[in-house]
Amino acid sequence: MGGLVLRNVSKRFGPVGVIDDLSLEVGEGEFAVFLGPSGCGKSTLLRMVAGLETLSAGEIHLGRRRIDALAPGERGVAMVFQHYALYPHMTVRQNMGFGLRNVGMPATEVEAKIAQAAALLEIGDLLDRRPAQLSGGQRQRVAIGRAIVKQPEAFLFDEPLSNLDAALRARTRVELARLHQQVPSTMVFVTHDQMEAMTLATRIVVMNAGRIEQVGTPIEVYRRPATRFVAGFIGTPAMNFLPVAAVEAEGARATAVLADGMRVPTAIPATRLPAGPLTLGVRAEHVVAGQGSPAVVEVVEHLGERTLIHARLQDGSALVYAEPGDSALRAGDAATLQADGSAVHLFDGAGRAYHAGLNP
Amino acid sequence: MSGAADVLAPGAAARPVAAASAAGVGRPSLLNLLFVLPYVMLMLGLVAVPVGFGLWLSFQDYDMLGGWNGSVGLANYVNLLSDRIFQGAVRNTLLFVAMTVPAFVGLGLFLALALNDGLRRSAVLRSVFFGSSVLSVTVVTLIWRLVYMPERGLLGTVLGAFGLPEVNLVADERLALLSVVIVTLWWIIGLPMTLFLAALQQIPREIYEAAALDNAGRARTLWSITLPSLKRTILLVAVIEAILQFQIFGQVLLITGGGPNNASRPVVQFIYEAGFRDWQLGFAAAASQVLFLLMLLAALGQLWLGRRQDRG
Repeated sequence: MGGLVLRNVSKRFGPVGVIDDLSLEVGEGEFAVFLGPSGCGKSTLLRMVAGLETLSAGEIHLGRRRIDALAPGERGVAMVFQHYALYPHMTVRQNMGFGLRNVGMPATEVEAKIAQAAALLEIGDLLDRRPAQLSGGQRQRVAIGRAIVKQPEAFLFDEPLSNLDAALRARTRVELARLHQQVPSTMVFVTHDQMEAMTLATRIVVMNAGRIEQVGTPIEVYRRPATRFVAGFIGTPAMNFLPVAAVEAEGARATAVLADGMRVPTAIPATRLPAGPLTLGVRAEHVVAGQGSPAVVEVVEHLGERTLIHARLQDGSALVYAEPGDSALRAGDAATLQADGSAVHLFDGAGRAYHAGLNP
Repeated sequence: MSGAADVLAPGAAARPVAAASAAGVGRPSLLNLLFVLPYVMLMLGLVAVPVGFGLWLSFQDYDMLGGWNGSVGLANYVNLLSDRIFQGAVRNTLLFVAMTVPAFVGLGLFLALALNDGLRRSAVLRSVFFGSSVLSVTVVTLIWRLVYMPERGLLGTVLGAFGLPEVNLVADERLALLSVVIVTLWWIIGLPMTLFLAALQQIPREIYEAAALDNAGRARTLWSITLPSLKRTILLVAVIEAILQFQIFGQVLLITGGGPNNASRPVVQFIYEAGFRDWQLGFAAAASQVLFLLMLLAALGQLWLGRRQDRG
């Protein structure tokens, strides 16, 4: 067991830089999720930890060992691949035992470990089948089982749920969370699905264009996004961004005046705000209807437990807000909307975020 | 149209609308036969009729000069069995197949494994090894006659440079067949190599990555991952090559002429000589049926072996 440390890691493919001088520590037993859009370098980073990609610069340590120069099999990691990568000609039992037999483990010990993992994953009755005879969910379990038997210092998951249908994905997500309680190893999980990240992670590493945007617990990342990118990437629907026309200081706090004239008295200290254009960010659940600026309803999405209403302010900026339960509003209706100043964020031109209270 | 369909299929009316709108699709109709008719005609005319005619011919006394002298029952087959030259031809053919087919599988697999990478060097070598396949048998044998030529040939020159005695492969009874095996391998090794290359490229990269994480070394990966993934292709190459090599003819005729002392005469050459030199069509047809049976047995045997391994 041990934590994973990445130190000044870079990766370039020829002239193209994929990962640029990235440093990160994942604590022992943590469930870290690398989250980001396609092409942000999160899978490359995971493959570098696994030893499937070389490093252009930097170091990787796992536990007390430096592992970046070791062969993949010697690193003490096990990986679950996106397409499972089960050996098609081997039975489930042979698939799970392959890595153990390769390091010369005695057959009785191999059998015991397979039986143990199979019991944990409830795949005991599948052991003599071939991968082709299994469903997607079963293959997923076998792939996880193949990782578990190795008792690695760290588990690496490369978008393992993306091939499952929605219902199975939700169920497997819960099972993975349960697995992490039973097998308290360090786990690194790559995904582009923020729901998976929010539900599984003890810490989320939000990546964009080969850089880390923010590292934090799911709630931190949701409540206090470090950058405009994080704010827009996490949360459904995405955060609303409205241009700020002017900032006025009311006491120590800043009041943002939006382009359509809406005044939003924030809890953000005015002294800390930079000069230059600002953008106000507010989530759908923090927009209050029935007061403030006039708006026109354009689209109404009924989700059952809440309703999402897409409206347009007088200056033309779009705003999504949520009402609990069913809403009687219809497209074309008029509404008045006000951003809840205690829960808004301000972003400067470079995308840096400013929150109420202590800034990081 | 839909009314007619309802009459043909009682209960169609009870089906949901979507099924009813597709009525007529997949239903047997004589009209549908028209679509396959061109193929059926070709198949009948070019395969079924000649095969049937050949079988019939093998029971006849049919001489190109003397004409048809009626059925002779199994006489052609009985004569074949006691024909020393035919026995030798069968033995030569079996030996030839036994030497070439494993060599095609082994060498093709070796070349494919060695050249299955993105290097320019490998791309050039792949073309080189496949290149000889496009040559006609005449050109190939011309090249190899220059190699095998006594005294001035490439083989003799090379052996001489090392101070070794000259070997005349073509004129030696024990080596004549081997000389044809070498020519054949050189000529068409490209096809098995290409089939193996295609199969290798079908193996997902993730599986090799999983094997690397599972501590599998090079030998282990080859034995436990690559070879099992190629099992079907190995079988395919073996069956294709067996069927092709049972019909060995051109190289032999042009290099050894079947000699010396019938040591390299294959069955097809026997058939050719019986039919088109001696004009005994019935006798030649009987020999053809024996060759057909041999090929059928060999192919079925390989498929059976492959299926048994699949289960095991």
